[in-house]
Amino acid sequence: MSAATGPAAKTERLLNLVLVLLYTRRPLSKAQIRGLVPQYGETASTEAFDRMFERDKDELRALGVPLATEEIDAFHEDEPGYRIHQRDYALPDLEFEPDELAVLGLASRSWAHASMAGPAAQALRKLRAAGVERDEGALIGIEPRLRTKEPAFDAVKDAVLSRTPITFTYRRPESSEASVRRVQPWSLVQWNGRWYLTGFDLDRDDTRVFRLSRVDGGVRTAGRAGSFEVPADHEARIMVQRSAPRGEARPARLLVRPGAAHSLRRRATSSSEVDSGWTELAIEFRDVDGFAAEIAGHADNVQVVEPADLVERVQTQLRAVLAVHEAGA
Amino acid sequence: MAAETATNRLARLLTMVPWLVNRQGIALEEAADGLGVSVAQLEADLNLLFLCGYGQMPDELIEADWEEGRVFVGNADTISRPLRLGVDEAVTLIVGLRTLLDVPGLTDQGAIERALAKLESAAGTAAEPAARVSVDLAGRGVDDEVLSRARQGVQEDRRLHLTYHVPGRDESTERDVDPMRVIAADGHWYLEGWCHRAEGVRIFRLDRVEDLTVLDEDGTPPEGVAPRDIGESIFSPAEDDLLVTVRLLPGALWVSDYYPVESATDAEDGSRTITLRTADTAWIERLVLRMGGHAVVLSPQDLSERIVSRAMAALEPQTHDVD
Repeated sequence: MSAATGPAAKTERLLNLVLVLLYTRRPLSKAQIRGLVPQYGETASTEAFDRMFERDKDELRALGVPLATEEIDAFHEDEPGYRIHQRDYALPDLEFEPDELAVLGLASRSWAHASMAGPAAQALRKLRAAGVERDEGALIGIEPRLRTKEPAFDAVKDAVLSRTPITFTYRRPESSEASVRRVQPWSLVQWNGRWYLTGFDLDRDDTRVFRLSRVDGGVRTAGRAGSFEVPADHEARIMVQRSAPRGEARPARLLVRPGAAHSLRRRATSSSEVDSGWTELAIEFRDVDGFAAEIAGHADNVQVVEPADLVERVQTQLRAVLAVHEAGA
Repeated sequence: MAAETATNRLARLLTMVPWLVNRQGIALEEAADGLGVSVAQLEADLNLLFLCGYGQMPDELIEADWEEGRVFVGNADTISRPLRLGVDEAVTLIVGLRTLLDVPGLTDQGAIERALAKLESAAGTAAEPAARVSVDLAGRGVDDEVLSRARQGVQEDRRLHLTYHVPGRDESTERDVDPMRVIAADGHWYLEGWCHRAEGVRIFRLDRVEDLTVLDEDGTPPEGVAPRDIGESIFSPAEDDLLVTVRLLPGALWVSDYYPVESATDAEDGSRTITLRTADTAWIERLVLRMGGHAVVLSPQDLSERIVSRAMAALEPQTHDVD
């Protein structure tokens, strides 16, 4: 097993750098670092070393390693020194009770099938590094499973966490036209099993809710991290829930075939048997399109009696289904 | 494992060292399992570790020994504590715990609140962005009572009696179930357990449970019966299930995100053709009927014909009167 080339050599170099900077009691100059990390010693020129070291510093910081730049001493005013303080580096000592470890395990596993499975498992391993492993999985009796199937999730998540403006193409269901949006991403909310982004739309100059599954293609950053503030009174969940279609509750009357459409029967405010065994249901609805689609799903098992606009929407839906299937046949 | 970047591997090693230092002499296989890597990967990692140190003199290098099948790591004091939690790491656990805290009728709130408080103080500034990610598990149409009784069954190993609506056949059924777990996924709550009526492991959606009673009977599932590995999807298609091909027009593309598709092919015109496997086509029929022409069944032919004939029957007014 040789670690002389490729990514393994880089991991070795970075690990040596971390060890050297954690071990030192005083800030080290670049020249000292070059002498202590063998992979830097092998670089062809000072310029090549400088470039490599700069990149490595950035990558370590991106990883969360608190690499500090400090004055070496009064005689080296213009030459910075580098070190990593153990107190900034190490996770504080934590003592978790067994039941706390169990719920932490559950919290971590809830991401097991999502794109954040790696960080979730890594975090738990860190917390348990010194701890005893006792995992009463069934303690709580439930298992949430968070999923992140939307291709845009990771890029949007990074932007929300770092407060970085983004731009993306968005497709609304009612129009086939896609539009390019520039957004300050404020919050991510999972609701009814779907991820939503709330934020400030820079072109529309107003707050907006976006469903992540409707983001079409890539998400690009459009500004610096931390370049905006999220209003302290922003209530993401409420904003997402309000974005769902809502209208006045209206009554409808439906006829339902014997034994069919249980999901509708269960929501009925009243029901009565009519001729030939069919049942008449009274149901309240708000979103006429959503309700029409649901009824269309039951096809010949349900007939709408009133209101007239619901009858018409259901028929429009079904005619469209007929049209595309007959065209394809 | 997909090609791991050098920095990701470094992050993994910085977590692995403290974990191993606190478990000196752990068996190689057990360590690999606990660290979530293969034995070969662990050996490669240990090989890399002992090349590293704060200097290159032998006493400055990390010691790593696994010759006898037991792992010892020494001279690694500088990295014997884990690196602080990164933002993604802190966010996953904090959001996960807050999600649990929101579950109605939970009896273990104390443990969650304590864990959350410790975690937030340990994570420091990395915890702050977690406030901007949240999950609302409240499923549509699930009765809190049904949910809490299902959980009670799981925790106390008691048999449950369910009145369950089977959507595919659109009928109500009565069954006894030995509960295994309650799952929240994709906006719904599910109960998984051994169903005495089906004599197999079944998953029930809680919003389709019309009634649920906790029986005064032991509900331990039969010997050797395990929950299904749900993996990517709550549905678990079988090899011999029917293969259905559906063309989705723009506006219906979300369907391929929310159902377990076998394949998906995008066309120039913005449409997408998907295939799915299912034992029961009733749900596909209903899905396509409610898509208002944005989804077209291409095959099998009889499914497409059935959709056409049902739509036509629905468009003929008052058919129920002439039954």
